Amino acid sequence: MTKDKLEKVAGNGLISRRHLLGMGAAGIGVAASNSVLGADAGINFEIPSWSRTPGPGASAYGGRSRYTEHLQRTHGAPNPTYPGGGSSRSPLQHLQGTITPNSLHFERHHAGVPDIDPARHNLVINGLVRQPLVFSYEDLLKYQMVSRIHFLECAGNSGALLRGGNENGTAQSLHGLVSCAEWTGIPLSTLLDEAGVLPEARWIAAVGADAASMGRSVPIEKALDDVMVALYQNGEPVMPGQGYPMRLFCPGWEGNISVKWLTQIKLTREATHFRDETSKYTDTQPNRSSYKFTFPMGTKSLITSPSGQMSLDRPGIYQVTGIAWSGSGSIRGVEVSADGGRTWADAAIQGHQLNKALARFTIPWEWNGGNAVLQSRATDSQGNVQPTRDAIIAERGTISFYHNHCIQSWGVGNNGEVTNIYV
Amino acid sequence: MYKKSALSIFAVLVALCSLVVNSQERVRLGTPISESDLEGFDLVAEPDGTGFPSGGGTARQGKAVYDINCAVCHGANGEGTSGNTIIVGGDMQSEGPPLRTVGSYWPYASTVFDFIRRAMPATAPKSLTNEQAYQVTAYVLFMNGIVGEDTELNANTLPNIEMPNADGFIDRSHILSN
Ligand code: HEC
Repeated sequence: MTKDKLEKVAGNGLISRRHLLGMGAAGIGVAASNSVLGADAGINFEIPSWSRTPGPGASAYGGRSRYTEHLQRTHGAPNPTYPGGGSSRSPLQHLQGTITPNSLHFERHHAGVPDIDPARHNLVINGLVRQPLVFSYEDLLKYQMVSRIHFLECAGNSGALLRGGNENGTAQSLHGLVSCAEWTGIPLSTLLDEAGVLPEARWIAAVGADAASMGRSVPIEKALDDVMVALYQNGEPVMPGQGYPMRLFCPGWEGNISVKWLTQIKLTREATHFRDETSKYTDTQPNRSSYKFTFPMGTKSLITSPSGQMSLDRPGIYQVTGIAWSGSGSIRGVEVSADGGRTWADAAIQGHQLNKALARFTIPWEWNGGNAVLQSRATDSQGNVQPTRDAIIAERGTISFYHNHCIQSWGVGNNGEVTNIYV
Repeated sequence: MYKKSALSIFAVLVALCSLVVNSQERVRLGTPISESDLEGFDLVAEPDGTGFPSGGGTARQGKAVYDINCAVCHGANGEGTSGNTIIVGGDMQSEGPPLRTVGSYWPYASTVFDFIRRAMPATAPKSLTNEQAYQVTAYVLFMNGIVGEDTELNANTLPNIEMPNADGFIDRSHILSN
């Protein structure tokens, strides 16, 4: 296929996703460079050393290639006045597909990661129930479990965008507080049924066993719907940083409510109004009233490549790819623009379009060497469309930074440098 | 004969399977406990006073607790050091982004007690006695001008404290999905 036959579907070089599907992965990349033959291009066909010497044998727990060790979460320096507090961000620009490896799943801790002995960990259900109960870890492993693939996103993810600045921001530094995994556990409704929820119970208070005893309130409707007590993450026991031996998991909702190191569920009449649902994770509006209990994360997407701090080496065809998600359903579609939102083209969805899970989108784009503004815009199964940054700011101002799901703009300069910009 | 026994084995197998399925549906492994077992474990203190322990204290008593356990991070007068440690001051109606603290922002006094008891001091959470937690809660509220120096805070009085921004919140908890 030559590049002049590629069907352009939107301004500034976006190519029909049909070509992407037809070409296969090999066709993507820089199409203009195939005139130099391999040997002339300096490619070495000698049998490499690793094909001549046996490597190390099998191992007890897998590590990764030393050539991929640059894939790291980023996190702040320890702060003595906030012991164990802080977050780490997933390297979104280096990941593909939709599942985040456990060791790269983002973290947010309020008092560090507790070293919990599962044999001494209890899950208590009390409050407005017929019979208060305690479950051991061993008990819980015997229950019928469900497995679901869901994203988890911190309410504060992408918050910095509302305030501006961050020209040097990357997908990771700006948006790395989102990840996606297969969570396996026990529907919370099973355990609540066993304790017998009294009719006056309208909320649960979920409490963790970390040093902060982090607590959050969840309305009973959600608790009895799709909330689970998750014991496994991508097939292995939940990582310590994700709540080992167990966490609450509230699909689609702001990450903080999926309480890690879960040790207590208390049925209550009203919301407890914990510190992390009053002081924090609330959104002050321009008129100075504040929203509390904003639960579902917005319909959102983000181009992960090309993205901030990458550079395009020469004009040609690139695979634009990114992730999209919604706290209210599945991703119906993602559109991509290369001209700052003037014209849009439908991207292809590369894999699953699951409920409350990341979806991977991709579309070929021919960079002509000039300025471009790359954006993506998601639509979910409920018809919710991802808003622009201007629309979000007009609606809610910039006092609060939580729950921002605006469109991200990546500027491509004529030198090929990609930066975070605002349009 | 052979056929018949195969059939009956099949029937037994089917019965066994449904037994397994049924018993799986009916797994009930929770150990019954009573609320009194949870004294000291259950730290949930609600706005209506549910879950508050016995005891009480005043700001005058709480000053010493604060100076010893809190001031190093929150400053001598709650003005904060680094991070999220400012716990005094602010005004929701100020020009520019308002400083949101216990005093200016929090809707319920119960949260102050609940949070301090479970999470503070950050280096040694849950090291305060209930008495000390009441006292230092009173002191934090006193520094914010919300209670007097000798106001006794306990399970009965604390839930009745009117916080300045109590009416400042809009509840969105009915929105489970967009
Ligand atoms: C080692 C430092 C440190 C000490 C000592 C400490 N705190 Fe804190 N405190 C913090 C940090 C850090 C936060 C923010 C925690 C977070 O954001 O998760 C905090 C948060 C708070 C808050 C909530 C602030 C807000 O607006 O959300 C209150 C109230 C508080 N502390 C009271 C106390 C009291 C009372 C004591 C003494 C008994 C104390 N702290 C001792 C570091 C400390």
